[in-house]
Order: sequence, then structure tokens, then C-alpha cells
Amino acid sequence: MRVAVVQFPGSNADWDALHAVRDVLGADAWYAFHKETSFGEADAVLIPGGFSYGDYLRAGAIARFSPIVSAIREFADRGGPILGICNGFQVLTEMGLLPGALTRNAHLRFECRDIFVRVENEGPFTDMGQGQVLRLPIAHADGRYQCSSETLGQLNANDQVAFRYCTRRGDAPEGSPANPNGAVDDIAGVYNRDKNVLGMMPHPERASEAILGNDDGLRLFQSLRRHLGAE
Amino acid sequence: MTTPRNFPGEPDVSPELAREFGLADDEWDRVLSTLSRKPSYAELGVISVMWSEHCSYKSSRVHLSRLPTEGPQVVQGPGENAGAVDIGDGFCAVFKMESHNHPSYIEPYQGAATGVGGILRDVFTMGARPVASLNSLRFGRADHPKTPRLLKGVVAGIGGYGNCIGVPTVGGEVQFDASYDGNILVNAFTVGIAKTDELFFGRAEGIGNPIIYVGAKTGRDGIHGATMASAEFGEETDSKLPTVQVGDPFMEKLLLEACLEIFATDCLSGVQDMGAAGLTSSSVEMAARAGNGIELDLDAIPRRTRALSPYEMLLSESQERMLMVAKRGREHEVFDICAKWDLDASIVGRVTASSRFICKATPGYDPFDDAPSKPDPVVVVDLPVDLLTDCAPKYDRPQEPRSETATVVTMTDDAPSNLGAEIVRLIGSPNIGSRSWIWRQYDHIVRDGTVVRPGDGDAAVVRVFCQDADGTREKFLAVSADCNGRHVELDPFFGAAMAVAECTRNVVCVGAKPLGLTDCLNFGNPEVPEQMWRFAQAIDGLAAACTALGAPVVSGNVSFYNETDGKSILPTPTVAVVGQLEDPAHRLGLGFLNEGDVIVHLGRASRGVLGGSEWLVQTMGSVTGAPVGIDLDAEAALQHAMLELAQRQLVESAHDISDGGIAMCLAEACIANGHGARVSLPAGGDAPAHALLFGEEPSRIIVSLPSGNVDEALSVCERLGVPFEALGEVTGDTLAIEGVCEVAVEALAHAHASALDAIVGDQPGESC
Repeated sequence: MRVAVVQFPGSNADWDALHAVRDVLGADAWYAFHKETSFGEADAVLIPGGFSYGDYLRAGAIARFSPIVSAIREFADRGGPILGICNGFQVLTEMGLLPGALTRNAHLRFECRDIFVRVENEGPFTDMGQGQVLRLPIAHADGRYQCSSETLGQLNANDQVAFRYCTRRGDAPEGSPANPNGAVDDIAGVYNRDKNVLGMMPHPERASEAILGNDDGLRLFQSLRRHLGAE
Repeated sequence: MTTPRNFPGEPDVSPELAREFGLADDEWDRVLSTLSRKPSYAELGVISVMWSEHCSYKSSRVHLSRLPTEGPQVVQGPGENAGAVDIGDGFCAVFKMESHNHPSYIEPYQGAATGVGGILRDVFTMGARPVASLNSLRFGRADHPKTPRLLKGVVAGIGGYGNCIGVPTVGGEVQFDASYDGNILVNAFTVGIAKTDELFFGRAEGIGNPIIYVGAKTGRDGIHGATMASAEFGEETDSKLPTVQVGDPFMEKLLLEACLEIFATDCLSGVQDMGAAGLTSSSVEMAARAGNGIELDLDAIPRRTRALSPYEMLLSESQERMLMVAKRGREHEVFDICAKWDLDASIVGRVTASSRFICKATPGYDPFDDAPSKPDPVVVVDLPVDLLTDCAPKYDRPQEPRSETATVVTMTDDAPSNLGAEIVRLIGSPNIGSRSWIWRQYDHIVRDGTVVRPGDGDAAVVRVFCQDADGTREKFLAVSADCNGRHVELDPFFGAAMAVAECTRNVVCVGAKPLGLTDCLNFGNPEVPEQMWRFAQAIDGLAAACTALGAPVVSGNVSFYNETDGKSILPTPTVAVVGQLEDPAHRLGLGFLNEGDVIVHLGRASRGVLGGSEWLVQTMGSVTGAPVGIDLDAEAALQHAMLELAQRQLVESAHDISDGGIAMCLAEACIANGHGARVSLPAGGDAPAHALLFGEEPSRIIVSLPSGNVDEALSVCERLGVPFEALGEVTGDTLAIEGVCEVAVEALAHAHASALDAIVGDQPGESC
């Protein structure tokens, strides 16, 4: 399995992503600098967390003008699997590859802690099955997923919601801090219509090793490997 | 030689102006006699900032030399941008702590943010990749009207900078005390990793080598920041707002990546960041270390605003700027990498053999003009480098021991009747309770290395990836920052020693061996003999403890004049220690882990001395009581024993007894993983129960271990002469202290979690 990890200026979880897929999962992985127009022969693309272009203007808003973006778009159009984590999710929404937008957390603070998500629909990164509960860390100030009620209807109708925030037992947050940012409908991650592009606020790459106290996140990358038939 | 001259519009230099710039009258006389002429306006600016307390350490240098700075593990001691200790296989840990107190009080967000930016630059300037940060914060009393705004601003500023640049903020400490009402403390620490034989130094080596300015453009922000930091606050504090710098962590992230890439090409002979006193101190200090001179062409300085004068360019503290000395002929390598990262880079001068600091600029020249005039520079500064460094003033200021004697408090009169309620109240107070509202605003896990997170252990533990030609090695560092100014106030020698002891103890409690220490010495006005005495005593206490506990001082910072309207802060010699774990399996959390484990008290039992304790301060309303003191031999033995217990994996948890005494230590160990405990207090002493519960005598640790390990652990402690007393076991869902009280862990946890609510408002918890 060959994975390109995109580096925008200000990406800072690029190492976390590379380490998880290369050193932990054992994939062939490399960085693709934003000024390149190609990321090489990759089977999957990861857009890591961070503060691309300092989050100036709006998180992810400037990154979409980088040269590498046309290669990402082309890869997406060909059905290639793309995972955008945190700032990567923000970039994907700004690029228009995913619906909706990420706005400032409802409580207006940056928040870093473990949360729980429930797998809502299967896809390349989520073959572990509906209803599975994963513990994953978040670390963001702008993670509140928002979209119009029409878009929300489509997301639900097309089984595009990948993860919803939930309690430890998998129950709906119902206004509790289990939804850490006030996201609409408790949405933590969404697929595109074709389900090859996934964006999510939690960090699976920071929860992929026992020594970090949690390897729930590795299950996403194992799912990807199975999807690619690279087992 | 042309006499340096003023720029058009600059005022004539006079003794009055010199005084306004912070020079004492005898310092002004010294300038005149050394130069045999009046300095130019720009020169006066350069001299006053280099001779400021902040840059020259003029009141502290005579004392700092007493600190122990050597050890087989020391790679780089004090004097460089940061210190370094060996962590094996050709790698070292590079670290330093610095204060940003005054700016943070004036503008909490930017003051704290740029404090983080500055310490990060100090570390990566050495060629190290930053891997973890800590902070040590002091605010006024919890109910002071300014405290909420200052706390929120400082925490947001630290997070705003550290989160963006992607260096995990893994821990720290905070204390609220009335002495900080008008002068908060923001001390920031960063550790990075470098290959020992590839460290970079701030030296302007190689006559004729070009000096390259890299990073953000120069503006008017922060002019005379170092001088502002060298004076007390008064009522005019708000008017000092323009002396605070504004940070851009995105720029710093680019600068970090570009610098590490440039360093790897080996095309530089020296580098230094532009921190306090900006362009002036970075060039002068680099010249001084190499014994060379520097000539700057100020017309070439990248700038972001019109009509900057030489004075303003020399003293600006605009952030995210570096000064590099390239090897001649290899400048293009620097330019290429800067272009990749979209950074400005410009040759602004060269290294000379003259041992002088010379600056030239063209009057009337402004690159922003539609048709800029042709540069025709004149000399505006021509000063001997050593006048600004080694020959800067140095004072052995008068000292006078503290006048009033510590109040001895009669314990029996104020013994609380319901000790269970007292424990719940104390665990829910701002100085003891959970800090999660703070560290949840910091990205403490970026870089995939945090293996003991904030709040989980007595110190944080980070995994670092050491990459060289042989591949990648994982190493594990423990970091902690500590000081309790109340104990320093009661006895500056022992209080300072206690800060070192607590910090190294925290590091051994997570299973790491301490390697080195950095300090950030926050004190009042050194011109007041009693304050100077406190400082000198504290230095001796630090020295004694660092020697006894094997933690040499490798870097540090002094912050004087922490006073407002003549009222000094508690003397606060904050220290941070870096330790290393041999094996990640040795790491320990502070919380009880398994039902049925035996709870053991290591160290001498309390004598019930309440001096300086949180409980006594809350009860009496002031810092009072007899100082608790410390026996450094006993402390060293305790730490050796603790480290051996961790390395032999005989214990499951370890938590040292500090703020709030054994009662808070036990409560925190219960809360961490939701376990109860049934214990009796250590035997001995006829002090009343509340004194035994809340006294903060040092050199004590609570561990928990499986009953099967007790004999072996006991024999370790006996061999090392460390008292070992089993107190009870991990059991149930209450903290039950024999003959004292029984409290539900849930009640403790609830109070603990909401400890900062009174300051920051009711915040949603993290329980799901």
C-alpha cells in the first residue's frame, strides 16, 4: 500500500500521519509538498491536521489554491481514497470535495481530549461495521460541523455520515459534552457521495499504538488496507 | 573613524534622555568616559537595552556563577541560546525556560504567545527540533477582578501559539496568590532533540562571512521591550502596551522548518534568533562569543512599515526573525531554502575583525518610497562589542535579611472539626484542583509522542524519535516544572532547594532519571537589599539541591522587578527538569490502578509542620508559619529508591506529597482512576490530624504496589535507608483515613473537576 501525506505550509500533524501509516501499519508512505503538482503513484492520500497557511482567513481556505490541490482533485475524481483529518477535513470542505463547513467550536475554545465516535456507515476507512464505538482524540478550535438542512438530509439519505460523536457506551450525546464542539447532528466525519473521500475531526493517527494508550484509530488504516486489497 | 551621528529628527542625547532610557547616572558617566564622546541617539538606545537588567544580568551575574553547571551528561551549559544534555546514541536534549511576565500582564494573549514563540526559537536556533513545552504560571488571588481575564488570555495565548506550530504543550503548573495580583508570571519551557555533533551556536565566526536576516519583516512592535521588562510596574502600565510584541505562529512554523533544513546543509557558521533587544542583541552577542566584530547595513533590513529609523530597527522586537552567519559563497543555499518556505532573506552585514559593532544607514532612504533615493549610508553606531557584553555593568548589590520573623501559628486553636469536608473543600480549591480546563486548551498530543499525558503522572513523558543514518530510535523523556514561592518566602534557601527537589522527585516518580535543569528566577526589585538577599539565598539553595540531586543547571533566565507599586511577588525561582527513562515500561502514573494493591508511604513521616501550606494560607489569609525545611540527603536517598522501584517495575503508581499535603496526594491518587483507598496516617508525631493531613513537608512519596512485591520493595528501601510504611490498600469507592474521615471518591472527583469554575465559569466536563 502506497500513501502520500500532503504537506501544506503549517501542516503539523504530518509526522503523526506518516508515522501511523508507515511505521505502525507498515505501508510505503511519503510526504508530498504542496508546491508539487503530483504526489507520485499513491494508492491513497492523507491530508493531515495542522494550521495550513496559519488558518488565516478561514481554516483550510487558502490551502485549496496550492499547486498540489489539482492532483488531489484528480485523484478524488478517479475514485482514489482520500482521508482528511482535522485541518485536512477543513481543506476538503473548502475544496468542495466534501459538503458542509467547519466553524468555531460552540464553546469558542481550542479543545484537546479523548472523545467517542460511533461508526455510522461503512466505507473504505470504516469497514469495521456500523455501531462500533471508537475512542479517539480531538485537538481543534474549528471543528463544529455545519451544513444546511437540505445537505443534512442528503448526507443521511445517502449514508454519507461516517462518524457521530457518542457517549462511551455509544449513546447519542443529547446535549452532553460527548459532542465536544456543537456539531450539527453530532457529526464527526463525513464521506463524499461516492464514499472515496472521508473528512473527520478526530485524530485516528494519534491513537494507533498501544504505547499511546489507544490503538482504536489504527482500525481505520487497516480498513483502508483491506479496501485496497493490499493485505 | 567617523563619529556616529543622529538621524534627522532624532533628539539630542543628554543625561536626562539617558535617565529616561533607564541608565543610572554612574552608568551614563561610564558611557562618556569609555567613548570619550557623547553617544548618538541610536547608540544610546543600543547601550541602554544591552545594559538593561534583562539583557546584561547585571545584578545576578555575580551570584549565578555559584550554580553547579557541570556533569558527565552536560553537552552545553549556560551561555548559549539553550542548554543541552546527552540522551545517548549521539543525541542530546536541548532545553531552556524563559519568563514573559511583564508583557503578559499588559496584554495576556500576545504576551504569553510570544513567550512561547521566543523559547521555541531559543531551542531550534541550537539545531534542535522542539518536542515538548511546559509552562509555569502565577496569577493573583482567584477572586481578584483581573484574574479571570488574565488566566483566560494567557492560556489562550499559549495554546494559540503552541497548537499552531505543532509542539505539544504537555504540562506545567499554576498557582494563585495575592502577591501576583499586579504582576503575573508566565514562564515558558521547551525541550528539543538534536544530534550532539550537529548543534548550532550563536557565534559570528569567519571574518567576511555574510550576515543573513531571515523571517518576518521588522516593524515598530516591542521597541524597548527589554527595558520595560527591567522596571517595576506602576500606574502607567497601560501606556506600555506598544512595548508588547505580536506573534505569528504560522511564520514561526515556516521559520522552524526552514532553519532545520538550512542547518542540515552545513552552510552556516552561526545563528541566533532575534529575541529581547532584537537585531542589536543577536548581532552583538554573536560577535562577542566569537571575539569578532559585526557591521550592519540597516538600509537592507526587510521592513513592514515606512520611515523606520536606525534606532527603531535596532531595538524592534518584532517576532519570528533569525540572524544567520553563512559560510562565504554558500549564501544561495540559505536563499533557496527560504524561497521554498516563502520566507524573506536578505544579506544585512558581514563579520569583521574589528571587535566593534558598526551600523550604517542612509538618512532619508526608505525602500517604500516610489523612487527610493540611492543609499549613501552614514555611520550611526560604532561601539566596542565588549562595552555591550563583558564590560557591561555588573553589581554585587547590598543584601539584608528579611526583617520580620515568621509567625508561629498555634495549631490547636484552628483545628477544623469536620476533616472530611475540609478535604473536599481543599481538593476543590483553585490551587489544588484539576487543571484540565487549562491543558485541554493545549494540543498536548501532537507528534504522536505523549505517553504520560498532563494530569496522569507527576511529570509528563514524551517519546522522541531520534533519526540518523542508522534509522530511527525511540527515546523517552520526562519533563516537569515546579516551584512554590510560599516556601521560598518563608525561607529562600530551603524553599528554592524544595523547588529543585520537587521537580526532580516528579521526574523520578514517572520512572525517569533526572539529567539536567533549567531555571527561571522571578524576583522583585534587586535594588532593595531584602529582595537581593532573597535572590542570593535562593541561588545557594538551588545550588545545594542541584548538587545533591544530580541535576546540573544548563540554562536559565532571571526576571527581576516583578513588583507593582513597591509590592513584590513571592520570590519564585521556578525550575524545570528533563529526565530520561531507560524503558517506557518503567513509566508510572499517579493514580491507583488495581483493587487490592498495597499503599505505601516512602520517606520520613510528617512532623505536622503547616508553614507555607495551602491549607494554612487559606485559613490565615496570608503566607505564614514556620518553614518546613528539607534534608537533601534524605531526599536524594528517597529519589534513588523511587527510581529503582520504578526501574524494577515493583510499583504500579507513584505520587509525591506536595501542595495540600498527604490528604491531597491520596485524594488525587484515588480520583485519577476512580479507585478508593483505606489507609491510616503514617505513625509518629503527636501533631493534630489536620496538621499531619495538610502539612507540605517535602521528601515523601505515596506508591501503590501488588502485595507480592512488598518484600522486594521494602528491601530496596531498607538498603537505601528510606523509611517504608504500608498505610493500607486500594479498595472500594471511598477514601477512608483511619480515625479521621471517610469521603466518597465521587465527591472528591466532582470538587476536583470544578476547582477553576469560580474563575473561568462553569465549564462542561469531559465525562461522556
